[in-house]
Amino acid sequence: MIHQYKVSCIRDNLKLIREFVLTVLKSLTLNEIELNQLVLAVDEVCSNLIIHSHQCNPESSIEIIIQSFPEYILFEIIDQDTDGFDISQYQNPSINKIVKDRRKGGVGLILVHKIMDRVEVVQESSQNIWRLGKQISPR
Amino acid sequence: MRISETEEDGFYIIQIYGDVDAASSITLDKAIEESLRRGFRKLLIDCSHLNYISSAGLGVFMSYLEEFREKEVHFALFHMKDTVRNVFEILGLDQLMRIVASAEEAKN
Repeated sequence: MIHQYKVSCIRDNLKLIREFVLTVLKSLTLNEIELNQLVLAVDEVCSNLIIHSHQCNPESSIEIIIQSFPEYILFEIIDQDTDGFDISQYQNPSINKIVKDRRKGGVGLILVHKIMDRVEVVQESSQNIWRLGKQISPR
Repeated sequence: MRISETEEDGFYIIQIYGDVDAASSITLDKAIEESLRRGFRKLLIDCSHLNYISSAGLGVFMSYLEEFREKEVHFALFHMKDTVRNVFEILGLDQLMRIVASAEEAKN
């Protein structure tokens, strides 16, 4: 089953994205913590794209596609911005350093990596696609 | 997201309602900043009605930890839902911040 949702790049749409993901995932056999973690991972990627890639430009949009399989769930977040993010160069920053530097950001992608089994960013047909995959318990 | 602030027995208590995400975390940031500006050194966060937190919310708390340490601020979060607490635990932040069950524990 494939579920799709397209939103413009404004911060207030993050809540709508979370509601969409939650609605789709509620049909699966996930507990509250697993549900919240998956919603969070998608929220983090979408926040980064909306705020950092598109500077909250309402003319831009991103699309979220969710595919659920019996033991796997795949999220794709499609961004028309092809500047890209080289995830192979990404290294998780140290939490202690972030605290010492008094930074307010920098832990979103750490959460995504810790929650998901698969995180990749690919360029296809002049768009960036974030793919987040998670193994789930069968029904 | 909505915030209410109360003063009780010398404690400044920030109560959070709803979701703290990248759109709303600035409100929480300003509330903590204001409590410090007013000179409070006992700060509690009531999470009873906090339904969701993303990295933007975690980042707000993390950014004040050094200042809390320097100013010897008594800081604790209490009444946190399991789903919210789990987000702190994923990053090990439950080891860097005091997260307790009740307001009474948070005051001790």
